[in-house]
Amino acid sequence: MAYSEKVIDHYSNPKNVGTLDKSSKNVGTGLVGAPECGDVMRLQIEVDETTGIIKDAKFKTFGCGSAIASSSLATEWLKGKSVDEAVAIDNMDIVEELNLPPVKIHCSVLAEDAIKAAINDYRKKNGLEELVFEERIH
Amino acid sequence: MLKLPIYLDNNATTPMDPRVLEAIIPYFTEHFGNAASRNHPFGWEAEEAVDYAREQVAKLIGADPKEIIFTSGATEGDNLAIKGVYEMYASKGNHIITANTEHKAVLDTCKHIEKSGGEVTYLNVKEDGLIDLKELEAAIKPTTILVAIMYANNEIGVIQPVKEIAAIAKKHGVLFFTDATQAVGKIPVDVIKDGIDLMTFTGHKMYGPKGIGALYVRRKNPRVKVTAQMDGGGHERGMRSGTLNVPGIVGFGKACELCRLEMDQDAARISKLRDKLETALLKLEEAYVNGNTEHRLPHVSNISFKYVEGEGLLMGFNKNIALSSGSACTSASLEPSYVLKALGLGDDLAHSSLRFGLSRFTTEEQIDYTIEQISNTVLKLREMSPLWEMFKEGVDMNKIEWAHH
Repeated sequence: MAYSEKVIDHYSNPKNVGTLDKSSKNVGTGLVGAPECGDVMRLQIEVDETTGIIKDAKFKTFGCGSAIASSSLATEWLKGKSVDEAVAIDNMDIVEELNLPPVKIHCSVLAEDAIKAAINDYRKKNGLEELVFEERIH
Repeated sequence: MLKLPIYLDNNATTPMDPRVLEAIIPYFTEHFGNAASRNHPFGWEAEEAVDYAREQVAKLIGADPKEIIFTSGATEGDNLAIKGVYEMYASKGNHIITANTEHKAVLDTCKHIEKSGGEVTYLNVKEDGLIDLKELEAAIKPTTILVAIMYANNEIGVIQPVKEIAAIAKKHGVLFFTDATQAVGKIPVDVIKDGIDLMTFTGHKMYGPKGIGALYVRRKNPRVKVTAQMDGGGHERGMRSGTLNVPGIVGFGKACELCRLEMDQDAARISKLRDKLETALLKLEEAYVNGNTEHRLPHVSNISFKYVEGEGLLMGFNKNIALSSGSACTSASLEPSYVLKALGLGDDLAHSSLRFGLSRFTTEEQIDYTIEQISNTVLKLREMSPLWEMFKEGVDMNKIEWAHH
């Protein structure tokens, strides 16, 4: 299977690899996937308390090239968005942008789940109600 | 100058030796006859070439040329041996014993047997990939007609105790079939000394052409017969109909001869390179060899690099180095390697494995380049791996509630 150029680019030059201080109140962390399934994503957002804008996003991913690319792209998209805007990121946007084949759609789903988990972690830390997302079958 | 890409996936297929190609070419053009044409020189020529090749093939495995049935390859040989014995010996029993690390061509054929009313026992292997001989013997019943255990495994290269298996089968009057696809031509295989009754192997894993293989069927002590799986002109002593693939057979014969003459020196050189590769890669933290390293093919190594996913790892260099992984992502099924799981490896380690298969044409320069590329990619991906970070921080990953999907 050949990878799209965008996947290769994100894989070769991943954006925003790293770790934010997960104990910080304005950092939300989402950890999704499982080692047994062959992919684990950790995505973190740092929110500016006054503006509610995501000022930084970092990821670390254990997985295939498409999983790495999906999380790298997600962090790119998250930066500069408000938390509410970030909730709206849809996995199919990732599929389209990276040209993922059907067998790799689950990588994009995982990235969307990671975003939502990070947002909920942030909301919880800040005394906000956690958002309820529809359960989806991967 | 190092020429890229480098091919280290020789368990999948080997390149054809140029000497084999040279032997084949005339049989596509000037000597194109049908080996079954008995009444003109074109047929005689083809038949002579087939006879010669049959001797070359037989000699490599210590068999009589009459015991060689040409097939299209190892999958056909697996089918013919297992289904053929099942049908031929139906009056004796319907039970077959095999192992869960066999190739799909054996396992799926056994599934087929089960559907048609037969009974199959799938032996588990030990942590090192070898079967337990006591378990094998205990599994034999009065209805057992066949033990089907591979000579050497395609993913981890582990060599089964074939002689001992054969002795157990013989003691109980059960036939012994071995899929020796990965072993023949790489290590000494002798059907008499090993006590093998049926054995399949194929040209394209030993520097020969694709689409040609052989099934060895013993003719003496005992005389073994298999029911043909294809009806037709009664070629190959009635066991495998179909016009003989003369160029393929000529090439297969040549490949067998080259292996017989060069196996020892090839194996000595290749195993040195394999050991260099393995030693260097095991210097990386949390890298483990899968399977028994003492009873192993000289050109194979299977290594798991913990906390890095196999397909992601391959992507770091697969433009330049051809390898395969036990990772689910590289297979159509999305399941990680069932062979590695049979060794008791967790799915995470199975996902993190690479299989190296060296060949007669592998050079030290290629191995040095491979060591460098893989080491760099593993280090780079670990910097990106949340699991590696947790491992380094001493987090117990078994205590994390993972969201399985």
